[in-house]
Amino acid sequence: MLYRSHVLIEMTSSSIVLGAAQIRESFEREIERTGLSGEIKVLDTGSFGASLPSPFVVVYPDNIIYAPVRVEQVKLIVEEHLLKGRPVRSLIFTEKPGMETQAFLPYFPLAREKRVVLRNSGFIDPTEIDDAIACDGYLALAQALTGTPEEVIVTIKESGLLGRGGAGFPTGLKWELTRKAEGTEKYVVCNADEGEPGTFKDRLILEGDPHSILEAMIIAGYAVGAHEGYIYVRAEYPESIRHLETAIAQAEEYGLLGGNILNSGFAFRLKIRKGAGAYICGEETALLESIEGGRGEPRIKPPYPPQKGLWGMPTVINNVETLANIPPILLHGAGWFKNIGTPTCPGTKVFTLTGNVNNLGLIEVPMGITLRDLIYEVGGGIRSGHGLKLVQTGGPSGGTMTPDLLDVPMAYDTLPRYHSALGSGALTVIDDTHCIVDIVKNFCEFFLHESCGKCTPCRIGNKRVTEILDRIASGKGEVDDLEKLAFLGEHIKRTSFCGLGQAAPNPLLRCLEFFREEFEAHIQEKHCPLHVCRMNHPRKMIS
Amino acid sequence: MNTQPVAESVYAEVDEIINRYREERAPLMAILQDVSDIYGYLPRDVLGYVSHQTGIPSSTIYGVATFYSFFETKPVGKYVIRICQNAPCHVLGATDVLAIVKKELGLKEGETSKNGLFTLEVTSCLGVCGVAPAMMINNVTYGNLNADRIREILALYR
Repeated sequence: MLYRSHVLIEMTSSSIVLGAAQIRESFEREIERTGLSGEIKVLDTGSFGASLPSPFVVVYPDNIIYAPVRVEQVKLIVEEHLLKGRPVRSLIFTEKPGMETQAFLPYFPLAREKRVVLRNSGFIDPTEIDDAIACDGYLALAQALTGTPEEVIVTIKESGLLGRGGAGFPTGLKWELTRKAEGTEKYVVCNADEGEPGTFKDRLILEGDPHSILEAMIIAGYAVGAHEGYIYVRAEYPESIRHLETAIAQAEEYGLLGGNILNSGFAFRLKIRKGAGAYICGEETALLESIEGGRGEPRIKPPYPPQKGLWGMPTVINNVETLANIPPILLHGAGWFKNIGTPTCPGTKVFTLTGNVNNLGLIEVPMGITLRDLIYEVGGGIRSGHGLKLVQTGGPSGGTMTPDLLDVPMAYDTLPRYHSALGSGALTVIDDTHCIVDIVKNFCEFFLHESCGKCTPCRIGNKRVTEILDRIASGKGEVDDLEKLAFLGEHIKRTSFCGLGQAAPNPLLRCLEFFREEFEAHIQEKHCPLHVCRMNHPRKMIS
Repeated sequence: MNTQPVAESVYAEVDEIINRYREERAPLMAILQDVSDIYGYLPRDVLGYVSHQTGIPSSTIYGVATFYSFFETKPVGKYVIRICQNAPCHVLGATDVLAIVKKELGLKEGETSKNGLFTLEVTSCLGVCGVAPAMMINNVTYGNLNADRIREILALYR
């Protein structure tokens, strides 16, 4: 059936929090009431990120964006715009007052934006496989199946794609190792257990374009010689799970998953595995333990998953964002991909801006952008005009960046030089009204809560660190506490079993160095310079 | 751990869940998730029954049941409130959110209200940092929380 107009409504976990489901209901009700049901179709779409206020509504073919939309405005939009053809000027999204923004999608309000993995998010209906196919979905798969698995691996290796989950391991190499490993069965696993605080890029990719992940996993299966794949999604993401279930059912119906994909003779099946609230399961071997039905405790490495992974068989584990890069690389070539980003770290990165910035949300930009541009250009600066204290990059397990590092190019290979890490791309911006003891305590409490308990340095060490920080924050700090913290931090880092424990003391150690005076004030003067810790004045509650 | 007698009808329900995953190589997580969906927690007797029917040692089952934060081994309220305390929410007032909810419900962390309606827990990142501070009540996520909004939201459940 053909429609005169399409209304796209942003339907993601964040926009639902802001009333997107009620807005959709209201549109459907008003369209029905005004007798436009046969002419106008209402669709869900994915997120547009930090550049558009949420929830947004796009009207096609007029290319008009309303954002942010409130339920009580829907009646007016339907009556004026959809019924009478007069866009509601007062509600149209404008970047600058008086300037009308038209949604010539793909719409890039910020010159720096470059959409590769979010190419379809906010543009297609993620619950419709035809929408994905109309935007070149499964085309890269069809092309890959006409060539050899080795050709796929060569292209991915040449592209220089580094894993986007945090560690930045070369994806092509991972695939090659898995292909060459001996095993009666092989597996492809998508790590969608996005638990790093401040990160929600994988959720928005899964909610906005789930078919791109399915396609990439089938390609990975073909490349490494696997016939079975698992997507491990955290339990906190019911929307992502719902979209994936729909997408898998549609792909099976279309013969894109199953015993004979596109008549090529290649067979691949996909299953979803739901987590149950454990941060450690984002660690790849803990994730495998969880899929195998056990406690999500990490395994000793080596052997690495490409040699011995799921059920002891060679397994390739890729992050959601890594996988979303695969189809465009195969379609446009390794050379195209290498032209984006920096020479040693090509491609784009999805950053999630959180904390004390004006514009919270996500943005996809070429690798190499500076923190300054991300915070002050994309993020619209710090809230209430405060100064910047620090930025935690890649979540608590990533790196701590202080204002002197604002102009460092952000890439997997550059940040380690500054004792930082890009990690998942989460940016938690913290302004100068926050107390460093309070912030570091928060990070350490997180690791204490999420330690799986398998090894002593992480289980007990983080407990001791938190106790000492509690003591300092309540005005009972002792003279040698800072030395004790540094000692514990170094030992937890050096002796923990897995990446979680090894990364846990990073924010503590960096902040002890950079903000030493503030720690000392708590201990020596029993005073919190920013009046946050409870030994001082009682804090004001949020209104 | 709470022990309650298990009725015949419960066994039938659990049998149905186990059957659902008969073909799976590692059915335990899925079985526990479905059991949890029905009872709100994992009753000890049901876990014993799952062990008996699947042949998975009860020590393994108990180990898994106590490892994951979404599994409860004690009865919980009809609505489980999980308040995020991680940095992105923390710097936007998550400590106050927790204090306000505690005061409104008269509960401490980990407690269940006497009428069995609410259980209060703190949680790690819910992945909706764009609308921080945030909390989840059962499967529904709420964000941009402040004192008024918290009271409005809680009223929906009382």
